[in-house]
Amino acid sequence: MSILVDKNTRLLVQGITGNEGIFHTEHMLAYGTNVVAGVTPGKGGEWVLDGKVPVFDSVRIAHDATGVNTSVIFVPARFAADAIYESADAGIPLIICITEGIPVQDMMRVRNYLDQRDIRLVGPNCPGLLTPGEAKVGIIPGDISMPGNIGVVSRSGTLTYEVLYALKLVGLGASTCVGIGGDPVNGTSFIDTLGMFEADPHTDKIVLIGEIGGTDEEKAAEYIADHLTKPVVAFIAGRSAPPGKRMGHAGAIVESGSGTAEDKIKALKSVGVQVAAHPEEIPSLLA
Amino acid sequence: MKLHEYQSKQIFSNYGIPIPSGRVATNAADVKRIAEELGRPVVIKSQVLVGGRGKAGGIRLAKSPQEAEDLATQILGMEIKGLPVHKILVDEAAKIETEIYLGITNDRSARKPVMMASSAGGVEIEQVAVDTPEKIVKVHIDPLLGLRDYQSRDIAAGIDLPREHWRLFGQIGRGLWKAYLSSDASLAEINPLVITSQNQLLAVDGKMVLDDNAIFRHPDLAEMRDVDVEPESETEARKYSLSFIKLDGYIGCMVNGAGLAMATMDIIKLNGGEPANFLDIGGGASSEKVAAALRIILSDSNVKAVLFNIFGGITRGDEVARGILAALNEVKTEVPMVIRLVGTNAEEGRQILSEANMITAETLVDAAKKAIKAAQGENSA
Repeated sequence: MSILVDKNTRLLVQGITGNEGIFHTEHMLAYGTNVVAGVTPGKGGEWVLDGKVPVFDSVRIAHDATGVNTSVIFVPARFAADAIYESADAGIPLIICITEGIPVQDMMRVRNYLDQRDIRLVGPNCPGLLTPGEAKVGIIPGDISMPGNIGVVSRSGTLTYEVLYALKLVGLGASTCVGIGGDPVNGTSFIDTLGMFEADPHTDKIVLIGEIGGTDEEKAAEYIADHLTKPVVAFIAGRSAPPGKRMGHAGAIVESGSGTAEDKIKALKSVGVQVAAHPEEIPSLLA
Repeated sequence: MKLHEYQSKQIFSNYGIPIPSGRVATNAADVKRIAEELGRPVVIKSQVLVGGRGKAGGIRLAKSPQEAEDLATQILGMEIKGLPVHKILVDEAAKIETEIYLGITNDRSARKPVMMASSAGGVEIEQVAVDTPEKIVKVHIDPLLGLRDYQSRDIAAGIDLPREHWRLFGQIGRGLWKAYLSSDASLAEINPLVITSQNQLLAVDGKMVLDDNAIFRHPDLAEMRDVDVEPESETEARKYSLSFIKLDGYIGCMVNGAGLAMATMDIIKLNGGEPANFLDIGGGASSEKVAAALRIILSDSNVKAVLFNIFGGITRGDEVARGILAALNEVKTEVPMVIRLVGTNAEEGRQILSEANMITAETLVDAAKKAIKAAQGENSA
């Protein structure tokens, strides 16, 4: 079992004929993900990957023709907000946006638009979702994890892979891994994901990987204290980051003294969350 | 990307916000000429992208064109917090009765823009937030609707602005919203917005920070970037789309992924070392990119060792290893290199790298310790 994506996922790939889109579609198919359609405006009627996936001109046409229930977005940053609106307006309830570099003002409009509808966005600037053995939606390498009972949620990409792999090496698997992304304004928060893991009968323990910037980890700590019965182990990246500098991710910045790793670690520890000193310590804290 | 005061105020003025008459100069003779043209006392304002210009002596009042020229000569030779002064804004001096703060910024936690105002203008708003938070009035703006006129009035009332100014204040609020929106700013602030002795509202100082992710739709604003504010290595890194930040330590870091790069810096520090940089080489890690990154890291003479921390994911370990090998053949160096390669095809990757003269490590902790040791060896040699 899992959250958000599984073997019932019927996936649409927006931007399927682009370099990233086609490359990752191939990997998602190879993993066993049910990729049923792609969209590239102007390329409707074509088939990609040896006739495995039909391409449509718009999300609505793809949706009507194939009954997709999830969309993953690989279109460039300048078109990505529009791609999210297109999926939302076609009524797709779950949208995963991989694209990095979407302007923040675009994302504020997107988020406020989606909040008025019953639509979940994961990302942007995220590696996507992986439910080991069932579905891989996005760019998380499939072979670095295995099915298990640990829910993983993270703002990062490769740091998450590192943790999934370290878990696999000691025989621990994931129920679902959720990359919520490194942008300051995103679709799904730590709290949203923690709530889903708490409700998922096949998730027994949770790993939360945070980083500097914003107050999502602090809010997560409050939520954990009030709502979670399952144990949470955390790691927060960026203790050595200088203030006022954006550490790669648009959202990873300490501003006016707010968003420091120290504050986040303190908040998490104060509610009984075990915080790893470094990523390799996480598996032993889950034992 | 930060804009200078004169650039920010020019944008504000384009949207109907009243600013003082003034112009920018790069030499003292021009400063004198502008002061003569204005024909009144002027303020000489250094244009550098740091706070505290006034305290550092970078903002001075000149009663005559000659005084303006003398002060400009002094200021143009100055460095303020390490930044050289290349430009001076010469503004007509305003007689100030009241100073107000007015700004719009992104509230990431509310996922909306927020307009803030305070009757305690002229001071940094962060300081006001600490000292007298009750003096800050905030309204969140629906990003799908934009600023409503009543919100500006609520703010005006909230800071006890006399009613006679509400209409113009509303116009300034609208102008600031348009400036923020049309420039894709993450911050647009007027500090101070003053009431002059002639009872006029005037934006005496201004600041804008633009969203780097949105610069692609503002080629005109992109040209305003002042590279003086960042180390040369960061400017160079931007050319190769590398995410690089220079730090003060001695262990260079080459990592794929921002989160992993931060974690790598943290673990170096945890083990008693000091990272020399943050660097995310991204997913692909082609040899060209690795070589460029390596040259940038090694351009810092403090660097005594370089730690590669690479996770082979979609980009497999052997492909990354070939990239690193090619880069090492191109960039010759004596600086010791430590590599930790894990994930997909890591074993093949390690074999490829065995012909390079690199110290290998299994774990992150092990890699950090070996890099610190290698750096110390270099020190004592």
